Amino acid sequence: MRVNGIGVSPGIVIGKAHWLKRQRALLTGIVLQNDSDIATEIEKFNKAVSLSVAEVELMIGHSDAASDKEGLAIMETHIVLLTDPQISEDVIEKISQEKKNVNDAVIEVILNAVELFKSMNDEYLSARAADVQDIGDRLLKNLNPHSHSSTQQYPPDTIIIADDLTPSDTISMDVTRVIGFATQVGGGTSHAAIIARSKGIPAITGCGHELINIKDGDLLILDGQSGDIIINPDETVIEQYHVRRADWLAQNSQLHSLKNTPASTTDGINIKLFANIGNAVDMEQAIGFGAEGSGLLRTELLFMGRDALPTEQEQFEFYKAVVLKAKDKPVILRTLDIGGDKQLPYFNFPAEQNPFLGYRAIRICLNRPDIFITQLKAILRASVFGQLKIMFPMISGIEEVRAAKVILQQAKDELTTTGIAFDKNIPVGIMIEIPSAAITADMLAKEVDFFSIGTNDLCQYTLAVDRMNEQIKNLYDPYNPGVLRLIAYVIEQGHKNNIEVGMCGELASDPKATLLLMGMGLTEFSMSAAAIPQIKNIIVNNSLSAAKKIQQRVMKMDSSHIITAYLQEVTQ
Amino acid sequence: MIIKDYTITAAEGMHARPATNLVKLTKNYSSLISLKKGDRTVKLSSLLNILSLGIKGGETISIIIDGEDETSAIIAIDAFFKEELKHL
Repeated sequence: MRVNGIGVSPGIVIGKAHWLKRQRALLTGIVLQNDSDIATEIEKFNKAVSLSVAEVELMIGHSDAASDKEGLAIMETHIVLLTDPQISEDVIEKISQEKKNVNDAVIEVILNAVELFKSMNDEYLSARAADVQDIGDRLLKNLNPHSHSSTQQYPPDTIIIADDLTPSDTISMDVTRVIGFATQVGGGTSHAAIIARSKGIPAITGCGHELINIKDGDLLILDGQSGDIIINPDETVIEQYHVRRADWLAQNSQLHSLKNTPASTTDGINIKLFANIGNAVDMEQAIGFGAEGSGLLRTELLFMGRDALPTEQEQFEFYKAVVLKAKDKPVILRTLDIGGDKQLPYFNFPAEQNPFLGYRAIRICLNRPDIFITQLKAILRASVFGQLKIMFPMISGIEEVRAAKVILQQAKDELTTTGIAFDKNIPVGIMIEIPSAAITADMLAKEVDFFSIGTNDLCQYTLAVDRMNEQIKNLYDPYNPGVLRLIAYVIEQGHKNNIEVGMCGELASDPKATLLLMGMGLTEFSMSAAAIPQIKNIIVNNSLSAAKKIQQRVMKMDSSHIITAYLQEVTQ
Repeated sequence: MIIKDYTITAAEGMHARPATNLVKLTKNYSSLISLKKGDRTVKLSSLLNILSLGIKGGETISIIIDGEDETSAIIAIDAFFKEELKHL
């Protein structure tokens, strides 16, 4: 039998079910008779508060600050809530004015606050209701001298099943014994989910009523990725999941072992490994692969598959979502790059003999400032939420850069007039993908804050090879010495003018090219997220001085066959 | 009395973690410190009240400080909104 919920923390575990049932305090309806009763109840409340604070402080003392930052922050918040003047004022008022006993007063005050948060149409704040409920439960427990501590010793390989888990439940879970949990309610942003991820135990929330089919002691398989729980599986299924678990552990440890390792060479040079992304989900996954930012956010996705241009507000929400996921890591956003092979159903592209040499990217944007300024305003508005940079594609010369910057300034002026906040110093860069731009890199560098080399187009334009044409695709070769000289020149000129140079084309993810590019002085590589661990593995095992020697030799070689064979050999 | 407006630039608005730190910060001062959003004013000493305002990124709030140490309080609060809140 199976139950399905939302997988909120990945991993596969097999263990025994244990229901966590919580006893909730009930209203007594007692009416206080005199002032002495009132004073006693108020004193009980104050005592319960200090006891509760002491308990949470003890939890903080026992927790491992380095590994459980999330848990610590939650406990700090609980202490502030336990001593919240508004809560105590309300409780004391109920005791002294409405003559309720402390038990009933606390239940009512907490219930009101919980309902308030739940009613606030905001996923995050509704989840905070759990914090208020949690401190309320703690106060009530400490009001009743007969109830004892809720910490319980579980047998090894326990999977906790509960209607819901309070943050305290999750934080105090002993992960040497509790290997996973599943709850009826909750979502991906609940504390329980956050803590599960930070503790690295699989968890499923939102299983709904079906969860009652699980009985104490049932054997369970819990897949925190898919959100599946299998109840009392047979031998073959268990066997399958043992294999899947082993695969998952192996994969996880391999990726994980490099994930937090900085991409530094053996001689201590830091290289930035960024991801090419299309939306916020990509950004989140990229960070999972160890990306330190995004070197290319393609914005086309937002414009495609719809029947009208996205509004400024839609674009703003989209860019903001990406920047929030990046959590202060840099994101280089490429302005609209349509045309060529990327058509839009609602935008009339003229028929062209050579679409790749035609009306596309910045050429469209400069011709249609209405579309361009809408995008730029949305980008600027999103820029206050993190580290956003603007990049213009398909630049062939300095006039285009200046024209684009004029429109950017207009966008800034319009926002300033309406009083909307944006990052006034947002860095502006260009893609170097047209040979004329590469050859004039020394001039362009004075006009912008960074370059990003787009090797796919740079290669096809330099070699006059259509990369979509099957017959000549063998000529499409980024190791052609002509292409390599252009790349080396762009990097050199970037350094001379003190601007950053990155690469977001396919060459950045080619392991053969890593040392050569490092030798040229490239310090930022942006690629598909899944390629990051492999490239990082090369970087951490080599030195910049060795890479420089490799580059010097390669630049003297006259054929790409010799170059690729040599690079293949030195990359081993 | 000092009144100062701030636009919340923190990624996801005034969340529990920065709000917790703000409450802790204000406990160091004897001045009465309040926060105003729209027509609602709450004391900064109550996390519950701050959270109940549901302050979102991009919204503007006012901080009102009244008391003997108001000038040193505004410096600390200023620093909090400019730096800390952005990086929490």
